Amino acid sequence: MSIRERLSGNEAVAVAMRQINPDVFAMFPITPSTEIPQYFAQYVADGRVDTEFICVESEHSALSACIGAEAAGCRAVTATSSAGLSYMNEVLYVAGSLRLPVVLAVANRALTGPININHDYSDSMAERDSGFIQLYAENNQEVYDNYLMAHRIAEHPSVRLPLMVCLDGFITSHAIENIELEEDDTVKAFAGQYHPENYLLKKKNPLAVGPYGISAYYMEARVAQAEAMKNARRVITDVAEDFERTFGRKYGLIEEYRMEDAEIAIVLMGSSAGTAKAAVDGLRAEGVKAGVIKVRVFRPFPGPELEKALKNCRAAAVLDKSEGFSACGGPLFAETAGALFNTSCGLKMIDIVYGLGGRDFTVSAAKSVFERLRQIVKTGETGPVYSHMGERTNAL
Amino acid sequence: MIEIRWHGRGGQGAKTASQLLADAAFMAGSYVQSFPEYGPERSGAPITAYNRISKERCPVHSNIYEPDYVAVVDETLLKSVDVTAGLKKEGAVIINSPLSPEEIKADLKGYEGRICTIDAREISLEFLGAYFPNTPMLAAVVSVSGCVEREQFLKDMEESFRHKFAKKPQVVEGNLKCLISAMDRVKG
Repeated sequence: MSIRERLSGNEAVAVAMRQINPDVFAMFPITPSTEIPQYFAQYVADGRVDTEFICVESEHSALSACIGAEAAGCRAVTATSSAGLSYMNEVLYVAGSLRLPVVLAVANRALTGPININHDYSDSMAERDSGFIQLYAENNQEVYDNYLMAHRIAEHPSVRLPLMVCLDGFITSHAIENIELEEDDTVKAFAGQYHPENYLLKKKNPLAVGPYGISAYYMEARVAQAEAMKNARRVITDVAEDFERTFGRKYGLIEEYRMEDAEIAIVLMGSSAGTAKAAVDGLRAEGVKAGVIKVRVFRPFPGPELEKALKNCRAAAVLDKSEGFSACGGPLFAETAGALFNTSCGLKMIDIVYGLGGRDFTVSAAKSVFERLRQIVKTGETGPVYSHMGERTNAL
Repeated sequence: MIEIRWHGRGGQGAKTASQLLADAAFMAGSYVQSFPEYGPERSGAPITAYNRISKERCPVHSNIYEPDYVAVVDETLLKSVDVTAGLKKEGAVIINSPLSPEEIKADLKGYEGRICTIDAREISLEFLGAYFPNTPMLAAVVSVSGCVEREQFLKDMEESFRHKFAKKPQVVEGNLKCLISAMDRVKG
């Protein structure tokens, strides 16, 4: 039986962590994820979890402590944002290549500069090649649900990869909304226990963790890691199916909203997807065949799912909430375009970089994107493939 | 759906007031959103917080530009912030001030809708013995907007106060009187 509550995204993450009761939480605070360890510290103080809660001196150390704990066979978690994630960069790759399923909550926040505390995806997009699975959420409910699924995905024997549960900084992390929480016992049963096959302190099979990989071995390790990321596609789907059977809420690698007969579509991530859905409802009422595709899983990238969802569309706009500075478009656009390249899809596609550093994304902004797509369909002219939206042109 | 924008100064609790309103509406069975707009977090700087209250879950996650109601926790903001920007004519602005709506109208840049004032300082000092503008402001917003029915609101808030102040039950009565008085004394 679900519990009707109202919580912020950060508190929803902390509640999920409490219910799962990980062995280790290594923490170093940074806005806007600070409330996650703050709430969790209260659970520790109140004796509601028996997690080893370690206050370390930096984010690099927080993830390093998690890596040590995971290598020893423990379930380890942490949380961070922005520069904190960047400071973890080196050890993110260590967690990935050592195949240690650390679960990292990321309240996404812009990277400097100018220095800024608000939302965009520049922090986690900069770590897209680190070997972490990345799940994104539209609201507090999805963050909570993603977290409940996270350990099972990451720890699956055919995956064994670390995982980021991302939530939009402030927009989701600090917004209080209704949420359906699940009972502690049901969550514990769903998340299960972590029993790794091999770990550092296993007497019968002593193990070296993190040795030097000479050229004769390095590539095999990397290919095995790439295979694990491919396997994660299936595992994420399987865990989502079990989640739906258990809790009744359905998740895929992407979510298609009113896409059945859509001629124009927006592809985007996170909380903006809800705002775009409201725009679609408005346009549908006027007879415009518009739809939204929300990318829930960015790593592994849902290329085949996007191809299928977009194949009957005539024009689509990818909305990137991080710049990337490729001068050809943001990372979501590049990967979506890559996924469609060898297909017969005749879609015209543009990229719009928006919402940087907390610049607000509104229903009318979403409608203006759809209007541009309608013009592309009408005239057959794509116009500029890569552009920005929402910035003042006379600011300087 | 009812959309509300709060204006206050950092440290005064406009964000907390918006959370309390979300609590009240949640307890009455609604879907709620309460979220702050964060800038540099300086004590005393103007801050904004928002509420959406609806029968269905609201998918929109933008700020609110055309609110139904605006609540102003600190009247000195009227000099520097265009608090009624985008405010619907059918709605209302609720200002914490000892002045009457007629007296404060000149500061509102020609807003044509309903203007309400509430002396949150006087009410707070009378029932709580200190200046906590949130409680009377919350009651005034509930009263003017009708987003929660009065009896339901008072019943839920009593329960909430008993839970929140479990260790100091003596303050529950003062807080409740503060709510009732604010609902009765809001002008406009």
